[in-house]
Amino acid sequence: MKNFTYKSPASLKDASQLLGDDWSQSIALAGGTDLLNLMKNEVETPTRVVNLKQIKELNKIEYNSGYGLKLGALATIAEIAAHPVIKAKYRVLHEAAREIASPQLGNMGTLGGNLCQRPRCWYYRNEFPCLRKGGDICYAIDGKNKFHCIIGGGPCFIVHPSDMAVALMALDANVTIFDGEKNHTVPISEFYLLPEQDMYRETVLKPGEIVTHIYVPDVGSGEKSGYFKFKERGIWDFAVVSVAVMLRKKGKTIREARVTLGGIAPKPWLEPHVSENLINLVPDEDNVSAICDQSLRNAFDLGQNGYKILLAKNLMKRMILKLAS
Amino acid sequence: MKFSTIKFELNGKPVEIEVPPAMRLLDILRETFKLTGTKEGCGIGECGACTVLLNGQAVASCLLLAGQLEGTKITTIEGLVHDERMNLLQRNFLECGAVQCGFCTPGMLLSAYALLQKDARPTTDDIKNAIAGNLCRCTGYKQIIQAIQKSTESLSDPDQ
Repeated sequence: MKNFTYKSPASLKDASQLLGDDWSQSIALAGGTDLLNLMKNEVETPTRVVNLKQIKELNKIEYNSGYGLKLGALATIAEIAAHPVIKAKYRVLHEAAREIASPQLGNMGTLGGNLCQRPRCWYYRNEFPCLRKGGDICYAIDGKNKFHCIIGGGPCFIVHPSDMAVALMALDANVTIFDGEKNHTVPISEFYLLPEQDMYRETVLKPGEIVTHIYVPDVGSGEKSGYFKFKERGIWDFAVVSVAVMLRKKGKTIREARVTLGGIAPKPWLEPHVSENLINLVPDEDNVSAICDQSLRNAFDLGQNGYKILLAKNLMKRMILKLAS
Repeated sequence: MKFSTIKFELNGKPVEIEVPPAMRLLDILRETFKLTGTKEGCGIGECGACTVLLNGQAVASCLLLAGQLEGTKITTIEGLVHDERMNLLQRNFLECGAVQCGFCTPGMLLSAYALLQKDARPTTDDIKNAIAGNLCRCTGYKQIIQAIQKSTESLSDPDQ
């Protein structure tokens, strides 16, 4: 790891100033579970590391009935997984938080860091001068691509690894960003970018901007949610494909639905076809299967990742039917 | 070379060190303080051999930078050498055959200890979850789980 100067500002304003306007020079540190590995592999070589954890007020989890959930960006994954209100009301968030990482990493990793973690692509993370690092080639196209994206890719084919982002998108959350002067809020569905929008960054954050809070609307009556993460091994891995579903039913009829997928695209993927077609449906195995089978029409196989298309459809089916029953 | 001065509490004693900010806690423990009970396995936060307690919580010392230690309390396996609960866990690890090569053992003990500090009567699932970030390549885990279970039984037995 290259050495750097280390700063621990006490205010957001100071932190933003220290982060400055050059991504390559100055970098934000929260839990460090992703950043340290990027620095060890010299994917990131900042000259200044700005520790955010001395900033007060960013580590709280607050819930107000009728208003919803306010999550500080420095709340840890373990705190979210253990929070009784989240466990009772926001199952999708609870289940996603439980699946992220081991107790050690859950105690260290933060919500903000999870949302802003860099892509899992073995070419990006290792010594390949790939597109995302300013090179000319995406090595995944002709290389090993069993974990790469099936939709939304091109010219770079990363997947976004965050479980929290997929769950929060199903809950229609909003992300508050401090820009050095003031806060602004964007829906999480607009927080992430595809490679065709920006080849080098995965989010709308500009240099010096910091995610401060996540707002999740209150849970309505008849609302159920859940998360399922398919991994290549039994425990602690990034999602091969994950699915987050929120359904609100009245009687037997679905009134509201949001179905999002992880592990298939360069950003958490809202599948509008499925979400829209579930509305006003009295779900059964046949009609839910038909809707899911018609989804992901623009998905394509890079050579080794085509299995993800069927897997994603089946996981959506499974989770929708589980929540609908 | 840039250096930072860091003050924290190590195994109950206040310490002050001057180290490069890029130094990891794992290296500070092993090299600066010669506390070699904390092991380096994978170096990427996957194996748990480098587990220590930060303010009582199990963390991976291979992913913590020097600067992050400022004002914290760090506990390593050496810091619990006279701790009754840790001694009980250690005895039960020996009795149950939960130690073979021993490389994972300090981390495994600290994860178990962190669990018992939080919950003196964990279920088997709680135990499995608590050590889910610690890889052991010899025992097959069964004996480790038994040893932790045995420790919870004697801890919660008022006659002992």
